[in-house]
Formats: sequence, C-alpha cells, structure tokens
Amino acid sequence: MTPTITRTFRLGEFHEFYAGETRFAYIVPAGAIFELDGPAAAVLDDLAVSELSLEELVDRLGALGLNAEDAIGLLGELTQSRAIATGDAPAETPQNPPAVFPLQTLVLNLTNQCNLSCGYCYEYGADKVATPQGKPKFMDFETARAAIDMLFAESGERRGVHITFFGGETLMNFPLLERVVEYANQQAAALGRSIDFSLTTNATLLTPAIIQFLSVNRIGVTVSMDGPPELHDALRVFANGRGSYDIIAPKVRELLAVHRTRPIAARVTLTSGVTDVGRIYRHLKHDLGFHEVGFAPVTTSPDRLYAIGERGMGDVFEQFRILAGEYLEFALRGELHGFSNVSDTLAELYQGVNKSHPCGAGLGLMGVGPSGDIAPCHRFVDSDTHALGNIATGIDRAKQQAFLDRGHIDGKYDCHSCFARPLCAGGCHHEAYVRYGDTGHPNLHYCDWIRDWTDLCLRIYGTIHAQNPGFLENFAERKGL
Amino acid sequence: MKHLRPANRKARRIDEYVNSLTEDVVAMQQNPVPPALRPHVPMGCALAFSPGWEVDSSGGTAGLCQPVERDIYDCYVTCFWPAQVPDHLNNYPNWAAKCAAATKDWRNLDLVFP
Repeated sequence: MTPTITRTFRLGEFHEFYAGETRFAYIVPAGAIFELDGPAAAVLDDLAVSELSLEELVDRLGALGLNAEDAIGLLGELTQSRAIATGDAPAETPQNPPAVFPLQTLVLNLTNQCNLSCGYCYEYGADKVATPQGKPKFMDFETARAAIDMLFAESGERRGVHITFFGGETLMNFPLLERVVEYANQQAAALGRSIDFSLTTNATLLTPAIIQFLSVNRIGVTVSMDGPPELHDALRVFANGRGSYDIIAPKVRELLAVHRTRPIAARVTLTSGVTDVGRIYRHLKHDLGFHEVGFAPVTTSPDRLYAIGERGMGDVFEQFRILAGEYLEFALRGELHGFSNVSDTLAELYQGVNKSHPCGAGLGLMGVGPSGDIAPCHRFVDSDTHALGNIATGIDRAKQQAFLDRGHIDGKYDCHSCFARPLCAGGCHHEAYVRYGDTGHPNLHYCDWIRDWTDLCLRIYGTIHAQNPGFLENFAERKGL
Repeated sequence: MKHLRPANRKARRIDEYVNSLTEDVVAMQQNPVPPALRPHVPMGCALAFSPGWEVDSSGGTAGLCQPVERDIYDCYVTCFWPAQVPDHLNNYPNWAAKCAAATKDWRNLDLVFP
C-alpha cells in the first residue's frame, strides 16, 4: 500500500527584491541569490497569501501552462533552494567554524601612544575599554618577533598571512615597523609562505623616506581622515585643540603621488555634524586622489555629543544611497567607483557569505598590544577584560572559545528573524560592548539601517547582474585567502 | 535548475548540488565526466568471474573482462543473485524483450511491481 502524504507548502525564509523588471530572492539561511522566472514568482506570491497543498499548487501552475511534471520540478527547485518549505522542515543554523581556526591576520598595535587627541577616540575617549596602566607604551622587537612566530605557527595550512600595523599612531614606532617587515619577510621566505602588510595612520608623521619604504615594501595604507578641513578638524585635533588637516594634506598628496604599489584608502569616521558623505567623498577621492573611501559611524555611547543619533543616521543613509547610485552608474559602465562600503558589501553578496560571527575577530584575526597581550582585535588591545592570553603563554583557548560562543549568531535571538543576518551577524563586537556592555549583544540600534543598506546593495547587485554581469567578476577573488 | 537562475556563488553551489541529485544516470565510460556528475564508484575485489559493480585497475570499466551491462543478465538468467531482477521463468518472461543489446537498450528495462 502506498502511504498517503499530504504535503503543505509554505514560504521559506528569503528577502525578495527587484532590479528593474527582474525579480530575485535572497535566500537567508544560505546567503544565495536566485533570479526567479514567472512561474517561480507566482508560487511565492500564492504562498504569501496562504499555505497550499501540492495538488493546489500543481493546479495553479497548470493554469499558467505548466504540465504536472514541470510543476513538480519547479516545486522541487524551490524546496531544494529553501525558498519554500513543507511544514515539517527543520530550521537550519549556520555551521560552526572549525574548533581550531587557523590565524590569517595579526594586528600589531606598535604603540598605544598618539600625537593626536581626537575627540571620539575609542582608545582614549570616554568609552575606552583599554586598561593600559602599568603596561609598556611601545612594543619592543622581542614582543613583535614572538607575535610573528605565533602568527606563522597558528596559521595552519594557509599559504598566505597578513600583518596590519596599528596604534595609537602607528608611525610613532616606525623603527619597529621596519624591523618587523624585515623579520617577517625572512620568516615567510624560510617557511615558503607569502606575507603582506598594511598600516593605518593619521598621516601626521609621514616623511618622504617613510613613504618610500611603504612603497618599496608594498605596504597597503589606510589614512584616517574625515574630509575637507572644517569637517576633518572638528574632532581630529592635536592636544592643544589645533586641527590636523593642514599638517596632513601635503603629506597625503605626496603619499598618493609616490606610493603606487598598493591602493591607498581613506577611512572616515562619521560623527554628529560630520555627515556630509557626498562632500567628504568628493574631497577625498577627487581633490586628494585616494583610491577608495570607506565610511563608518563613530562607536560611542548614545549620549556623547558627537554621537550621530537616529535622525542623523537617516541623513547618512540618504547620502549613502545617493553615492551608491553613483557607484552603480560606474559599475554599469565597467568602471570602479571608490565608495568602498558598496564594494565590500557586493563582494560578500557575490560569495554568498553566511556568517556565524560578524567578523574574523578571535577567529582568523587577532590583535597584539605592546605588552604582548592577545586581543580579539585591535579595538580590544590592552583591555584586561578581553585579553585572550599573551604571546609569552600562547592563545588562551578557553577564553577564545568563550568570546566566540558569546558572539555566535545562535545566541542572538533578535537576529533570528532578520534577513540581513548572513552579512551582519549582529554587528561589531566592540560596538556591542560599548553600547550594551556585552560583546555578544546584537547592535539593535543599527538594525533598520543595516536592513536598508543590505536591501539597497542587493538591488545594486541585481542590477549589475542583469546588465553588466562581467563586473561582478571583480569580486571573484576572495580577499586574503 | 530550470526556473531559478543562480546569481551568486552560493546559489551556483546549490544549483550544482541539486543537479547532482536529479541528473540521470551517468555512464562510467563517459570521459571526462563533469565533476558534478561524477558517479560513485565502489572499489572492490572481484572474486567471482562475473562483472558486477567492479572497476578495473584504472578505476574505469573499459578493462573489465565482460561489459558491465552483462551483469544484468548474469542475475536474470542464472539467478546468481535473484533479488535484483524479475523472475523470468514464471512471472515476467518478457521483461527483457525490448532490450536486444544491453549496452544500448538498457533504458527499456522497466521496473516491475509484484
């Protein structure tokens, strides 16, 4: 006897979007993007109204001209891609990362000292998490060497590793940077591995000799810079309150003119009053000549004067939307635009990432401070609360696991019904700690913003896919494998 | 897939996976076999001189002493392993009537429902 199975279909978890007339589904549990044809879209429309049985769906598809075999084939495709589901389908969560995750990137905070006194600094400002008392202010070579040895030892089978130099102001310890590059290159050659470097700086201490060194050694450079003088100088000031724009502008121009071996990026911190994204972009990209410009709102408690606030974030989104529209026009012509927030999101959409954790902190990336303390990332360096061991004693696996367990998407219940979670996974651990006192707390103050941004980038992705798909091949190579 | 067109890398992986589930059988002799369609080849020893699901020393079937399709009739006629094919003596005498040459016509061998 054949058992009778009554199967009722319902919608799976996906986010629908259009690019022109073309309809797409972003399948949330996978991070997959599918273009839908008419019958597929009709099934989703029908199921949006009510659950339907197999027979009912086959009947409706029959009215659209599909024979039974074709209709069942279509329902099979929709089921297997999880766009629709039968009542008994179990919920799926992302796989856990491997228990021992090979290190890929080490962020070396060469010093915790800085020659600027930016009002919003997360290392020294009112919301700081660092506890530098009694610890060295500058990293010494022994500590840096041990850190590099640890990077190679803990990087497993990876063919390439990466070192990012950070601070404080990184260039206040340039002599160490030179020695680290030399030592790390030697070690990489001896071990048959590849290595590359990048550095973040406020640009105040750049000299022709340093620029030459960075260029010769192919060191990627990110300059923290907030725009034209009156915006940049609002918070990026010296201890006496004087703005830093006039000091850095000529140095940045020289850097961009001389250092041609790697793209050079500007990284903008948006604060209350410094939210004119379009103007900032045009200044940094066209007046100064940066290859790309990335924007991020300041990390802060909501009550600080420089916090942007909800309405300000609405303005920021509107300007992001306009600049992203410009990005799309460039992309359709096959040209690269410098608004890196879009590039970064498109790259993740292209791969179809589905994150268990918001970023690589504590997984493939770790930070090391001047004292040799290991932190989940550069933002937690020198914080006793968040240390994951010391290079003298190695990575504290129990603490690392506790940090990762706390930050896993499984524990962020607010995220479980959100379509943006494959990319966001709850947002920055450090932002969460500053806002909520818990690295594993979802960044609820950004939810609507992130959803709007993800939807916008999906539509841009879909439009490029429909009109100039070759452009997306720019994202085929995964960063830093 | 026919109605869903993959638009990113993850979708393409799902598409390949789904196709690998629904594709028709693949002849082992097909060379080269597309990766998504590669059949599962059980490697085993052949103690009997009867070509079953064995492979030759190169992992293919071209070097076997008899064509793999011969296996069907080995079960069918000699009842060497009777559970796999219909009983041709009493109940399904015409089961293989449409299959003149096993290597070409094996698709005409149908299932039977006792």
